[in-house]
Amino acid sequence: MKYTAEKNAWYLSTFETFEQGLNGESASGLHMLRRSAIERFKALGFPTTRHEEWRFTNITPILKADFKPAVDLHSAGVTKADVERFDFGTRHCIVFVNGFFSKELSTVDGLPRGAYCGSLATSLKDNHPSARKYLGQYAKYDDNTFTALNTAFLRDGAFISIPDGVVVEDSIHLLFIAAGSEHTLFSPRNLIIVGKNSQLSIVESYVALTRRAYLTNVVTVIVAGDHSVIEHDKLQNESLEAVHVASLHAYQGAGTNFTSNSIALGGSIVRNNVTSVLDGQGSECTLNGLSLATGTQLIDNHTTIDHAKPHCASHELYKSILDGKSRGVFSGKIFVRKDAQKTDAKQTNKTLLLSDDATINTKPQLEIFADDVKCTHGATVGQLEPEQLFYLRSRGIDNTTARDILTFAFASDVVSRVHVEQLKDQLESVVHARLDEGRKNKEQR
Amino acid sequence: MLEIKNLHASVNGNEILKGIDLKVNVGEVHAIMGPNGSGKSTLAQVLAGRDTFAVTQGEVVYEGKNLLEMDPEERAREGVFLAFQYPVEIPGVSNTYFLKAALNAIRKHKGLEELDAVEFLQLVKQRMKLVEFDESLFNRPVNEGFSGGEKKRNEIFHMAVLEPKLAILDETDSGLDIDALRIVADGVNRLRRKDNAIIVVTHYQRLLNYIVPDVVHVLIDGRIAKSGGKELAFELEEKGYDWVKDEVEKSAVHV
Repeated sequence: MKYTAEKNAWYLSTFETFEQGLNGESASGLHMLRRSAIERFKALGFPTTRHEEWRFTNITPILKADFKPAVDLHSAGVTKADVERFDFGTRHCIVFVNGFFSKELSTVDGLPRGAYCGSLATSLKDNHPSARKYLGQYAKYDDNTFTALNTAFLRDGAFISIPDGVVVEDSIHLLFIAAGSEHTLFSPRNLIIVGKNSQLSIVESYVALTRRAYLTNVVTVIVAGDHSVIEHDKLQNESLEAVHVASLHAYQGAGTNFTSNSIALGGSIVRNNVTSVLDGQGSECTLNGLSLATGTQLIDNHTTIDHAKPHCASHELYKSILDGKSRGVFSGKIFVRKDAQKTDAKQTNKTLLLSDDATINTKPQLEIFADDVKCTHGATVGQLEPEQLFYLRSRGIDNTTARDILTFAFASDVVSRVHVEQLKDQLESVVHARLDEGRKNKEQR
Repeated sequence: MLEIKNLHASVNGNEILKGIDLKVNVGEVHAIMGPNGSGKSTLAQVLAGRDTFAVTQGEVVYEGKNLLEMDPEERAREGVFLAFQYPVEIPGVSNTYFLKAALNAIRKHKGLEELDAVEFLQLVKQRMKLVEFDESLFNRPVNEGFSGGEKKRNEIFHMAVLEPKLAILDETDSGLDIDALRIVADGVNRLRRKDNAIIVVTHYQRLLNYIVPDVVHVLIDGRIAKSGGKELAFELEEKGYDWVKDEVEKSAVHV
């Protein structure tokens, strides 16, 4: 409680300093939005574990540190070679260093006519009509402290706009590289608008060239026009000292198909909110997630699927592999509104505990107001199956390798759902490397 | 090749094997028959190294070495193979990947070069033909969604690729229709050689029409009650197990 009040004051005074640094922007529409967001932040304050949505996630460590907004140092010494390490070979790679768009490091090659991807700050400056129109419209911060904070400190992020009837063949990679000094606050805002009958695949990845403690507080909004098909893949591989708070909001029109695959490996405290509103008939929403945590990491996934209209389907699979003294949280809300008849919703949460000290809190929440629907949910928590281990060993595979094979298989169930082939390969090697590292650490002890 | 002396094993304090003596020579096929609950599957799993069973007494010598001291993987690398009664499903792991890892672990142990993807595929294709294994099952996750028969045939296919010296088939015939049974048995017969040995654990004599054993043992209540030639299997088929039980009880009274 002590920290909460202190920290509110800290961010209010930080906002004043931040505001002074924004030359000539004070009268802009964006700044009006920032001001109203900081006011809301002031009223809301930081949540404590008494807040139902934060029951299992204690954010005290976030409150102990004095995070300050990043300043634009252009590429901050990040080179093309650094980018290549994290790029998986897509034609469109938009790079952000410390939350700011880097023109030098980004590549966009042959986007279809009328499609745009680049910096949100630039698009707003250039008065791009849909950037202005949608920015304040979605990502409500009335009851979300972190979204209010993101909005208050909003400087840049990605803006993608795809016109009606356009298929973007290659995926667009939004690469966020942290290379800042100690206790930097990054507040990227990504706005992705997809027209009717269009198709887009976006990859959002978070990586670090620093081991310092920093706070990423990102908000991504996706507006899916009627009959559009969208895949959003996220790789969160932040520094293990970092705090990562993210909110993904998808608004789905009629007949849309939206998939979110979220892979989380980094961060000391991670809160990942994924929300999809099925706001048109005959839509489909798929949310998949994989968390790999070790040491004292805490990875919290909160998902919300809002079935607002009839004849929609949602599929959800969230998995965690927890080692060391790590903790996992899964909260899966599914609303089925009164009008949303013929809803078909399925939610699955599975956790593999690799140590006796790891814990998971899992909470499915189904709120159903329609009467002709199919909703199922299930959660499992366990260790590796002794029968499976024995089967592998009895064919000559040693115990360690057998455990690795089974652990990887548990993870690959989610990774294999990513449709972007090159990314899938990269994810598999990242997951492999992470599990190998975990095992080696264990062997050393 | 294998010598079991006075083997006792229990699970959760219940003794299941109560002093097994068995000797298997190289080139032989032994059948172990017996009623349900007599300890047949326990014996098979103890030989493969399943740790849910505690060996409380006795010894098992395999090729001059103490088998019971070895980890399951070490036994496999030394040439022991168990075809499971209930083959385990492993979602997310392909049959190919699993088999290649297993084969290369065994080859490495023998001081042989590991096979690369091309060499492995050549070998596997040849073995698939040998045991009439359906190629479409090869790239699927291990046993996941396989029918009962497909699972058993996958076990024999693994055996064909890994080429064990001592294969233990644990009720490989159960749940198979006559066509599947014939394919499995033909596969096993093609893998039968002068320098290996096979132990066939079965409840019915049916399989032994196809895989003809050199010696038949009857396991009753954790002990081998009777051993004989292949004709013993026919006798059991005809008369059931009760007469052997009676014999055991009579001899017990005299002792």
